[in-house]
Amino acid sequence: MNATSWVRRDLLGIADLSAAEIELILDTAESFREVSERPIKKVPTLRGRTVLNLFFEASTRTRSSFEIAEKRLSADSVNFSASTSGLKKGESLIDTALNLQAMSPDLIVIRHAHPGVPHMLAERVEAGVINAGDGAHEHPTQALLDAFTIRQHKGGFEGLKVSIIGDIEHSRVVRSNILLLTKMGAEVTVAGPRTMMPVDVESLGVRAVYSLEEALRGTDVVMMLRVQLERQAKMNFPSVREYFELFGLTRARLKAAKRDVILMHPGPMNRGVEIASDVAEGKYSVILEQVANGVAVRMAVLYLLSGVHQEVG
Amino acid sequence: MRLLIRGGHLIDPGQELDERLDVLIVDGRVERVGKDLKPGRHGEVLDADGLIVAPGLIDIHVHLREPGQEYKESIETGTRSAAAGGFTAVACMPNTTPPNDNRSVTEHIVKEAARHGYARVYPIGAISVGQKGEQLAEIGDMVGGGVVAISDDGFPVMSPELMRRALLYAQHFDIPVIQHAEDLGLGADGVMHEGEWSTRLGLPGLPGAAEDLMVARDLRLLEETGGRYHVAHLSTARSLEMVREAKSRGLAVTCEVTPHHLLLTDREVFESGFSTHTKMKPPLRSEADREALLGGLEDGTVDAIASDHAPHHVDEKDVEFSSAPFGIVGLETTLGLCLDRLVRPGRISPYRLVELLSTGPARALGVPGGRLAPGDPADVTLFDTKRQQTVNPTRFQSKGRNTPFAGWKLRGRPVATLVDGRRVELR
Ligand SMILES: [Zn+2]
Repeated sequence: MNATSWVRRDLLGIADLSAAEIELILDTAESFREVSERPIKKVPTLRGRTVLNLFFEASTRTRSSFEIAEKRLSADSVNFSASTSGLKKGESLIDTALNLQAMSPDLIVIRHAHPGVPHMLAERVEAGVINAGDGAHEHPTQALLDAFTIRQHKGGFEGLKVSIIGDIEHSRVVRSNILLLTKMGAEVTVAGPRTMMPVDVESLGVRAVYSLEEALRGTDVVMMLRVQLERQAKMNFPSVREYFELFGLTRARLKAAKRDVILMHPGPMNRGVEIASDVAEGKYSVILEQVANGVAVRMAVLYLLSGVHQEVG
Repeated sequence: MRLLIRGGHLIDPGQELDERLDVLIVDGRVERVGKDLKPGRHGEVLDADGLIVAPGLIDIHVHLREPGQEYKESIETGTRSAAAGGFTAVACMPNTTPPNDNRSVTEHIVKEAARHGYARVYPIGAISVGQKGEQLAEIGDMVGGGVVAISDDGFPVMSPELMRRALLYAQHFDIPVIQHAEDLGLGADGVMHEGEWSTRLGLPGLPGAAEDLMVARDLRLLEETGGRYHVAHLSTARSLEMVREAKSRGLAVTCEVTPHHLLLTDREVFESGFSTHTKMKPPLRSEADREALLGGLEDGTVDAIASDHAPHHVDEKDVEFSSAPFGIVGLETTLGLCLDRLVRPGRISPYRLVELLSTGPARALGVPGGRLAPGDPADVTLFDTKRQQTVNPTRFQSKGRNTPFAGWKLRGRPVATLVDGRRVELR
C-alpha cells in the first residue's frame, strides 16, 4: 500500500480501518516526526486549508495536540469550544453542522460527550471529519499515537502482549486501542474492577482478568487508564484508597511484567489513584513520548484526510 | 346498506374459520358468513378474489399524542395511519399532555375519535394520578368514560404496593393492568440493549434483567391478587419464559411483542451508524431474545403483536443518539412486515397472524372484535399476501416518519379497511 491509496475522507474510528491503512498512518507519522525535530518546525503542506477544532468537551491535551499539528502543517485553524461559542446554548447539532458547513472548512476535528456525534456530523458536512473522542466510543488518534509509540519501542505488534488496566467500561481509549491492537496481531488483556468492565468484553477479542497481578504477568506493554473520581458516586468503586490498593500500579507490582516492559498512560494522570508517581516518572515510562508522538500522528492524519497527497500524486 | 365481500379467503380465528367464504354485511353488522352468498337487492359487492378477509386488525399499543402533543401526532392522523395500515381499532396509551388520568381526558379522546371515524379508539387510562406512581387515578370514573385498560406506560409502576393495589382495584371493572416492565433501578441511564453492541459502541446499556425483574415481581403479585395482567412490548427471552410458565399455572397473564423486536436486534444500532430510529424502549435486544420471541409466536405464548406506535417530530429524532427520544412508528408497517418476514418464510401461518393481530389483542384487552360472526360489528381488514410495497415514510398518513424500516421491500400489504361495514377512504 502506498500513499496514493488512501481514499478516506473521515477518520471516525479505528473500527473502519484496515491493518494496511493503520500501517500507512504510522508510516506517514514517521516522516512527520522529523519535522518536529527541526529548528523551524513548519512545513507548507496544508497552506490555505482550514481546519475547525470543535470541542464540545473540555480537553486541553487533545485540542492542543491537534492545534500544534495543524500549525506545523501551515493550516489555518479555528477553535470552537462549548464554553466560548455558545455551541451548547440550545442550538441543535444539525444547526451547528450547517453553520460550520457554510464556512466551508476542509477538515473538522470534533470532540463530543455522546457516541456517534462525529458520524452524524460526517453525514452532513462536506468537510472531512476527525473524531477526537466521542463519549465512551472511540478516540482513534489516541490509539494511533499509542500504536506509534509501541512500534517505536517494540518494532511491531504481532504476538505482543498488551495489558490495559482500569476503567474499561467508560473509556474510549480502550475501545480504539482494542480494535487497533487486535487488528495488528497483538494479544490484548483488559483488567479492572468487575464493576467497571463492560458486558461481553471478550466478544471484542480480548482476555479479561480481574487482578492487577494477572494482568501484569509477562506483559510487554502496560497501559494504565485514568480513573474518573466521580465514578465512586456511581457505585463503581468504594474509595480511592481501595482502588489504589487493588489496581494502582506501583514499582513493586510492575516487576511482574517483562523486563523491557513499557508503561503508557493516555493522560491526564491521577497520581496515587491508578498510578504511583515514581512509576509514572520511572525508567519504563514512555508517557511523555506518547505526547510528542501525538503531534506527529495527528499531522499524518490531517495530511492524509486533506487529500493533498492525491493532488501531488 | 348491504355489502357483500365476495370470493375472498376468510380467516376468522374467533370462529375457527380458514377457507374461501363470503361475508354479507347489513347496516354495519355481519349478517351472514357462507359460500356463494348473494348481495341482495341494491347490495354492493366488494370483490375479494385472491385476498385474505380477516376480522379488523387491532393494535393494542399506540401513542396518539393527543391531547397536548399534536405536533407529533393527533387522533385524526393516528387513526388515519391505523386505517392505512389495515387496523380498524387501536388502544392508545395515556401518556399525553395532560395524561389520560381522568374522565374528562378520556371523553375528549372518545369524542375526537368518533368525530374522525377512521378507526375505533380504545383509550387506556393511567394507573396513577399524573402517571407519577403514587396515587391511584379515578379508574372507575375513567371506565365510565370509555377506558378499557389501565397502564402507566412509559413510566413503569415501580412501587410494588401500587401495582398490588392496581391489580386488585382493576378487578372491580374486569380490565387488565398493562405494565411497561422495566425496573428503573437497574441501568436506567441506558440508551440501548446492554450487550456486545453497547460495549462496542460505548453507549450505556439497558440490561434485559431490568425487564425480567419487573415481570417476575408482577407475576408474583398477580398470584396474590388475582386479576388480569398484561406485559406490554415484552422483549426478552427470560420474561417470555416467565409468562409461559405463569400461563401454564393458570394465571391470567397476557403479553404482546412488537414487530421491531421480532425483526431487528441491537446490532442494528451499529449497522445503521447510530441511527436514532433504532432507539426505543424496550431496546432492540439480542439475537437470542429475538429468536425466543419468534418461538413465543409459534407456541402460542405471545397473545398479540402490537406496534408501540410512537411518533416523534423529525427535529426531536434528528439529534445525537443519546439525546433522542425513545420510540418509532409502526401502524403502517406492522402488517407488511409480519406478512413478509413472518408468514412468507413460514415462521407462522396466516391464520396465526390474524390471531396475533386481531383475535388475540381483542381477548387480551377484552374489547369487541377479532371475529366476524352474525351480529358482530363489521370491522374487516382485507389484505394481499402477494402485492409488493416499499416502505416510504414520506407517504405515511402518520405525522411520524421515525421508522427503521424505510426502504424495506415487503411482499404483502393491506388492501381495504372497513369499520362498521364502511370502507375507510383516505383522501
Ligand atoms: Zn412502553
